[in-house]
Amino acid sequence: MIKVHNLTKRYAGVTAIDDLNFEVEKGEIVGFLGPNGAGKSTTMRILASYMPASSGKASIAGFDVFRQSMEARQRIGYMPENVPLYMDMRVTEYLNYRAALKDMTGRRRRERVGDVKELCTLREVENRIIGTLSKGYRQRVGLADALLHSPDLLILDEPTIGLDPNQIRQVRELIKNLGKHHTILLSTHILPEVEMTCGRVIIINRGRIEAADTPENLVNAMRAAGGIRLEAKVGEEDAVAQIALIPGVKEVGVEREGDWSLFILRTDAGSDPREELWRLAIDRRWTVRELSRRRATLEDVFVELTHGDDI
Amino acid sequence: MNKFLTLLSREVKSYFYSPVAYVVLCFFLLLTGFSFYMSVSYLSRGITDITVVEAFFDSVPFWIALLLLVPPITMRLFAEEFKLGTIETLMTAPVKDWQVVISKFAGAVVFYMLVWLPSLLYFVLFRHITRLQAADAAGAYWGSYLFLLLVGMFFISVGCFASVLTQNQIIAAVISFCTITLFFFAGLLVFFTPNISPVFRDAVGYFCTLEHMGEFSKGIIDSRRIAFYLSATAMMLTLTHQVFQYRRWKA
Repeated sequence: MIKVHNLTKRYAGVTAIDDLNFEVEKGEIVGFLGPNGAGKSTTMRILASYMPASSGKASIAGFDVFRQSMEARQRIGYMPENVPLYMDMRVTEYLNYRAALKDMTGRRRRERVGDVKELCTLREVENRIIGTLSKGYRQRVGLADALLHSPDLLILDEPTIGLDPNQIRQVRELIKNLGKHHTILLSTHILPEVEMTCGRVIIINRGRIEAADTPENLVNAMRAAGGIRLEAKVGEEDAVAQIALIPGVKEVGVEREGDWSLFILRTDAGSDPREELWRLAIDRRWTVRELSRRRATLEDVFVELTHGDDI
Repeated sequence: MNKFLTLLSREVKSYFYSPVAYVVLCFFLLLTGFSFYMSVSYLSRGITDITVVEAFFDSVPFWIALLLLVPPITMRLFAEEFKLGTIETLMTAPVKDWQVVISKFAGAVVFYMLVWLPSLLYFVLFRHITRLQAADAAGAYWGSYLFLLLVGMFFISVGCFASVLTQNQIIAAVISFCTITLFFFAGLLVFFTPNISPVFRDAVGYFCTLEHMGEFSKGIIDSRRIAFYLSATAMMLTLTHQVFQYRRWKA
C-alpha cells in the first residue's frame, strides 16, 4: 500500500528526514513513533502529497505521490496534526463541502456524509458550528472527513493528542475497527496505545528509522537484552565479580542498602541466566529475597532507541 | 469545473460567516451614498457638461471607498488558511493549486461586485426622480461598471498576492493597501508634475486609474485599458500561484 524508497527531505539547511525506506502492506495498522521533531509529520505530509520530497520516492497503491498526486490523494484519508478545520462552518456543511471536493455528488455524497457522521458519533452535533465544538468532537470531525471517500489508506497524525482518557479510548476503538477495512498509518506519543492498536511499529529518530517490527518483537528483543534484579545478603564477598563470571551477563550494577545488596544485571540478547544465578546464590549461601526479570515495555524500547545518545 | 464551483461557493459564503462582510457592506454603502449625495449637489449648482455617472465616479469619497474596499476583502484569503493550517487539509484533497488560487480570486471578485450592486440603485432612483435625459446614458453605465470590474480584478489580484505572502491578515491588508494606493497615486503623477516630457506623460497615462475611469464613465470603452488591467491581473495571479506553491513546499 505504501512504498517509501530513499526518501529525504531537507529544509533550509536542516535534514528533516534522511533516506527513509519502509513499506506498509494492505490491511496493516502501523504506528509511527518518534520524539518531537523526529520527522514523523514531515513523512506523513509527503505521503499525503502536501509537499514534495527533496529526493527519493514514495508511492501509495502504486501511484507516485508527486507525479500522480491526484490519483494518490483519492486513495488517502489524511488527518493532519491538531486537526485544522474551518471554524465558521457547521459540521454537516463542512462534511458536504469536503465530500464535494473529493468528487462525491448526489446520493453517494448524502450517504457517505450520513455514514461517517454515524461512525464518528457526530449526529448530536451535526448542526453546530465547528468553532463551538470541544476538542474531542473536532477530532472526530477531522476523522470523519478523512473517512469520507472510504480511502484505502488512512494517515493520522497524532489522532489522540489533547483528548481526555475516555475520548482516547473511543478513538482507539474507532481506529481498531477501521483497521478491519483500511490500511492505517498513525503517529502518536502514547505508547500503550500503539501496543494495543498497531500490528507493527516504526520508530524514527532524527529523520532515520531506528527499528521496525511488531510491538511484541521489539519488546522481546529488549527484554532479552533487558535486566535482572537480584536482591541478596552477600556478606563481605566480592559478589559482583562472581556474578559477572556467569555466561550471558553483560554488566553488573550494585546498590547497597544496609546488609542487603541490590544487583542489577544487563544480559545479552537471548540469554536468561537466572538459573545459574540461583545456583551461585545457594553455593555461596547468600540469602535471596528477590530474583526477577524486569519486564520491558515499548516505552523502554522507545527511550533506548531515541534518547540513548542524549544521556 | 464542479470542484472549482464547490471551492468558489465556499469562498463566497465564507464572507458572510463572519461579520466582516456586513461591516464592509454597511460602511461602504454609507461612503458611496455620501459620494452620490456630493455629486448630485455638485450637479445641482448649475449647468455642467458632465453626467451624474461621471460626477459620481470622479468624486473623492468614491476613490477613498474603492482603495479601502479591497484589502479587507482579500486579506484573509490565503493568510487565514496558512494560519489555521486548513491549507493542509485543502491541499491534500484532490484539488489542484491553480483551482484554489483562481477560486479564491473569483470568490473575492464576486463579493466585490455584490458590494457595488446597491450603488446601481442610486442611479435608478436618480433617474426616476429627475427624469433627466442625461441619466439615460447606457454607455456610461456599462463603461463605469465594466471598469469597476476591471480595476477591482486587478486590485484583488494584488490583494491575493499580499495574502499569500504571510499568515498575518493585518500584514496582508497593509501590504495590499499600500501597493494599491501607490499604484493609484503613481498614475496621478501626470497631474502633480506640470513640466514633464510627452513620452513620460504617455507612459504614466497607462497607469492612471483616475483618467481611465474618466474615459469609461463617459462610455469610452478603450480596449488598451481592458488589455492592461486583464494582463496585470493575470500577472499578479501567476505570482500568487508561484508563491503559494513555494510556501506549501517549504513549509
